[in-house]
Amino acid sequence: MDLILFLIFAAIALVCAVNVVVQTHPISSAVSLIGVMGSLAILYLLLGAEFLAAAQVIVYAGAVMVLFVFVIMLLNAGKESSKGQSFTVQLLGVPVLIALLGLLAFFARQMAPPEAMVHFGGFRGGTPRAVGHALFTTFLLPFEATSVLILIAIIGAVVLARKEMD
Amino acid sequence: MAQVPASWFLMLSAALFALGVAGFLFRRNIITVFMSIELMLNAVNLSFVAFAYQHKGPGGVDGHLYAFFVMVVAAAEAAVGLAIILTVFKNRGTLNIDEVDSMKN
Repeated sequence: MDLILFLIFAAIALVCAVNVVVQTHPISSAVSLIGVMGSLAILYLLLGAEFLAAAQVIVYAGAVMVLFVFVIMLLNAGKESSKGQSFTVQLLGVPVLIALLGLLAFFARQMAPPEAMVHFGGFRGGTPRAVGHALFTTFLLPFEATSVLILIAIIGAVVLARKEMD
Repeated sequence: MAQVPASWFLMLSAALFALGVAGFLFRRNIITVFMSIELMLNAVNLSFVAFAYQHKGPGGVDGHLYAFFVMVVAAAEAAVGLAIILTVFKNRGTLNIDEVDSMKN
């Protein structure tokens, strides 16, 4: 059951991620990215990260992607032109990427002990209660720093998106 | 009940990250490039959560909190980045990153 769920949602995530890269229209990429984020939320649930799964759907699939789609609509972004592609990139791009993937997969195998198995309910520490407790005790300073960061981001976004640029 | 090896999650994370790098390097549209960055951040979050599962026990929720902070930073980055994209489009009238090269010369 766990294996089937993992395979289904890993396949959805991979297909959607490939679609993000190969689609020429930004709105298709954005919709595919929502697919990636949704299936990652299911995988988080499988790993016992309940709070994070909810936050993934609300923050990423909800807020961030709405912002993206809004900007795509606002700027009326169309298909991107494929002219003027670099010859070196066409020649070396895919091999170099496969090498990068191979390197990352090699380190993933090194880091994960082969006997480590994941099953649903194997880790129950990811509840909102546990996450909130850690957030307001161990991680209090990063939490406060984050609130300042968000404030700066809000001010920055407002200043950048003003109508008159001085 | 069939269980899933923990390394498979890391493999999936590696594949998503590599696809994000591909999108970042190959695409021209500045919005798609930005979405590729979000894809990479998501891939890293998945590996954080997978590692948190492996080191379960007291303090096993730390990985979730790192992922949570990545999420918060990504949201802030999206707000500022999309404002920058709006400004670039307003000043240049293009979304193609190859045409935004005034710092080159």
